Order: sequence, then structure tokens, then C-alpha cells
Amino acid sequence: MRRPLRALLLCGLMAVAVALPARSVGLIADLSSHLVAITSGFAGVDVLLFGAIDGPGDVVVVVRGPERVQPVHRKSNVAGIWMNTAQVTFESAPVFYFIASSRPLDEIADPSVLRANQFGVDHLQLGLPRARARGRAAEEWRQALIRNKQRQNLYVREPATVTVLGQRLFRTSVHLPSNVPPGLYRAETYLLRDGQIVSAQTTPLSISKLGLEADLFTFAHEAPAAYGTIAVLAALMAGWLAHLLFRRS
Amino acid sequence: MQIYLPIAEVSVNVFLLLGLGGVIGFLSGVFGVGGGFIMTPLLIFIGIPPPVAVATQANNVIASSVSGSLSQWKRGNIDFKMGLILLAGGFAGSTIGVALFSLLQRLGQIDLVINLSYVVLLGSVGSMMLLEGARSLLLKRRKTKTGRLHSRTWLHGLPLKTRFRRSRLYLSALLPFGIGFGVGVLSAIMGVGGAFVLVPLMIYVLGMPTAIVVGTSLFQIIFVSINVTFLQAIQNQTVDIVLALLLTLGSVIGAQYGTRAGAKLPAEALRLLLGVLILGMAVRLSLELVVPPEDLYSLGIPS
Repeated sequence: MRRPLRALLLCGLMAVAVALPARSVGLIADLSSHLVAITSGFAGVDVLLFGAIDGPGDVVVVVRGPERVQPVHRKSNVAGIWMNTAQVTFESAPVFYFIASSRPLDEIADPSVLRANQFGVDHLQLGLPRARARGRAAEEWRQALIRNKQRQNLYVREPATVTVLGQRLFRTSVHLPSNVPPGLYRAETYLLRDGQIVSAQTTPLSISKLGLEADLFTFAHEAPAAYGTIAVLAALMAGWLAHLLFRRS
Repeated sequence: MQIYLPIAEVSVNVFLLLGLGGVIGFLSGVFGVGGGFIMTPLLIFIGIPPPVAVATQANNVIASSVSGSLSQWKRGNIDFKMGLILLAGGFAGSTIGVALFSLLQRLGQIDLVINLSYVVLLGSVGSMMLLEGARSLLLKRRKTKTGRLHSRTWLHGLPLKTRFRRSRLYLSALLPFGIGFGVGVLSAIMGVGGAFVLVPLMIYVLGMPTAIVVGTSLFQIIFVSINVTFLQAIQNQTVDIVLALLLTLGSVIGAQYGTRAGAKLPAEALRLLLGVLILGMAVRLSLELVVPPEDLYSLGIPS
């Protein structure tokens, strides 16, 4: 009698565990726009991330850009001149990182949970090769990368706020600066209860050049000789036209 | 009004770019220099990535030197024979310079080499021009001819003697070829037309009249910058046509006014002014090397 009951219980638990991530209990989120077009007038844009939850809880929103290999240089003084003397390469640094939460992150969850889910710039996994730098030196290189990215407005300085209305609706505004690199971004929304993630949803966000800008970029990379010739001819024409115009006046 | 630059991948104010082009074009018209040595650092300062700034600047120099040299040509201020020999050297030099550029890039010290060569060259050329300009102003008052400034050295004993009628010179063709070659190497490494080195060399080493120097160097720079633009477009895809056109629009207009203003100014004052300008740039750039940076760490180009 005891044994079948235990087996049944175990089966039930497993079913719940398997079903949980797929069902995405209690959370639904979307972006005001899934495609950010970089056109000639692009000067940065705010994208609204909004959604609903099925009851009390904390919401964390993370927007990440594609990962790149990112070298970082360090200068030192050699005979009175500041020059790059050391370099460390991060294997997988996201080009863009944004985070927003309904309450301060350290109140929402334990550091272990924050670290496991890369919540906050301090917990980003950047792929620093362990052989190259350890301990304090590694941390210094990490901080340097984050600081430089924050100066370019590509990493968030302080976590933004997710506004929750009536424990049901939430929204936050994601600012994409004018220098945001094109690529396929990911907007991740998490619902946390008692310091644990109970639900998560990922929404893709495509940032790409459109129109004349995109055409010129593609042209420059796919037919560089023709592009170079046109650039030269355009400049020659401009110079000649200017001369003609000014001779008359 | 902001505009997004497709290759530089940043958005910049249109009027800032037009104004920048206009000021640099004016200077280029007055002095017969391309202005790349001022424009490139300024573009980097307003947020254009350095490789794009260097390549696009070369493209922009084409336009301003075309319109500038057409005006000079009308006044008969171009020594074509001299220009073509300088150009032959310039092509050979810039081709070798591009190879050197790639080598330095692999060694990871291209930024430092660029900065150092700017400081050394601008510093020495600028102070030389300043001293000579001041001296010739004084000599003029004593009614002494400035032509005395270039003395006869071993350089004038080289073979392949050629007569340059327009410049009223009789000297070895190897001399302008060598100068063109050296400036070609520099222009490929530093991403400039190279006139700020070429002009003083033509005045002090070749002993050409200042009026002819401006037209001839503008003529030579057209072709050197065509070569640089083309090589950059093919090898690095860093020429931004939108940025170049905006800078060009400003600079061709500026260059026209600059050429007129230059024709009215006395030659000695021109040298003095250019000397001050070049020296000022050298001081600014050397501060960058010597003053402790705000952040010791900087980001490289991601891949």
C-alpha cells in the first residue's frame, strides 16, 4: 500500500516539474515593438515591455544583445608615455545589457539566485579566460569592461524600475541608445516568488538597419571595389561642382 | 537634426558635421593642406570610430583638394611636372605604408604609433615653420630676399637633374620622388593627405615659391587621397559615404573662401599661421600621451 502511493506521488511531482517551464505559469509579456529599425533619423528609441502576472510576485526584466569577443586594453606609463601594455579578451560579452526589477534586486532574491540567472551587471558571465587573470585582477578587468560599456550607455548603470499595477499588470521602458549595435536581442521576463523563479518568458527583439542605411552597409561589404569607386567619383564630382558654382558667382 | 551614419553606426548632428567640414575646408584652401591632421582627431572626438574617421577623411580630402586645385590651376599655380614626380613617389610610398599599417595593427600598437608620429612630425614641422616664418618677416623688413633660405647642400648634387620651369628650379628628380615616397608612407599610416609635411618640405628642401607649393601640393593630394580611399574601402570597409558627403558639402564651400583669403594674405604670414596651427595640434596630441588617462582601461574592437 505504501509503496504504490509513494510512486504515485513521485510521478505527480515529476509531471509538475516537467510541465512547469513549458506552461510558463502565471506570466505573459510582450514588447511594444519586436523590430527596431535603424533609419537615417535614428537617435535612439524607447521600447515598452509590458505584461500580466497571475498574482503577487516580483518581476525582473533583462534585455541582452548578442554576445561578442571583446578585447580590453590596459595602459601603463612607459618612459613618461601612457601606452597599452596589457590586454585581456572576454570570450562572450553581450554588446548590450539592460535590467529592470519591481523591487531592488537584493531584496528579491539571494545572491546565489542572482548569480545563477545573471541578474545585474555584477553577475554577468563574460567568458573571462581563467588562465589569463584570477582573483582580484580578474575582477578589475571585469569592472573595467562594465565601466567602459556603461560609459557608452550600452550597459545599464542602475537597474531600472518595473512598475506593477494592482499585482496584475506590469511595464517597463527599455532605452536603446543611438549607438546600439544591430543584431538579434533577447528580452527575458521573470516572475519570482519567495526568492525563486516560478515563471519565465523570452521575447526576441530584432535591431536592424533598414532602407538606404542597410543598403549602403551591405554594398560596402559585398562590393567594396565598386563602393570605393563610387565614393571616389562622388567626391571628385562634388569638388568639381563646387568649383563651377563658385566660378560663376 | 540627427543623422544615422551607416558605416560608423552612430548618429550625429547634421549641422555639426557641415560646420566642421566648412572650417576644415577653409583652412585647406588657405594653406593648401588637406586638413586631415585636424579633421581626423576632431571626428574621433565627436564619437566616430577611429578607423572610420581615418578612411572617410581621406574621401573628404579628395573633394576639397579638387575644388581647391582647380582654382589654383586657373591662376597657373600648379607645377605639373613637379606634381607628377611627387605623385609617383607618393603612390609607391602609400602602398608600402599600407603594408606597414597592417603589420603594426597585428603588433597591437597602431594607436600609439599613430599618436607618436603625429606629435613628432607636427611638433618639428610646426616649430620649424614658426621660426622660419618669424625670421623671414624680419628679413623682409631689411629688404633681403627670402630665396636665400635654401642653401646648396649634397642634395643638389644628386643625378637625374631636371628643370622645373614653373618653380624656377633645376634639381634632381630623385629629390621630389623621395619626398613624395616618404609622405606617402606617412599618409597611409596616419590616414591623412600629408600636406602638412609636404608643404614645408617643398618650401624648405626643394625651395619652391610658396604660391606654387600650395597649388602643386593640392594637385598631388587629390591622387594620394584617391589611393587611400580606395584601399580603405577594399581592405577595411570603413569609408562612410554619408559622413563623407556631409563633410564634403561643408568643406568644398569652405575651401573656396579659403583659397580667396589665402591669395590676399602675404606668404610669410601664411607660413607663420600654419606653423601656429600645426604646433597647437602637436601640443594637444602630446598631452593625450603624457597626461594620465581618466580610465586606464579601454575597449578594443569586438569581433
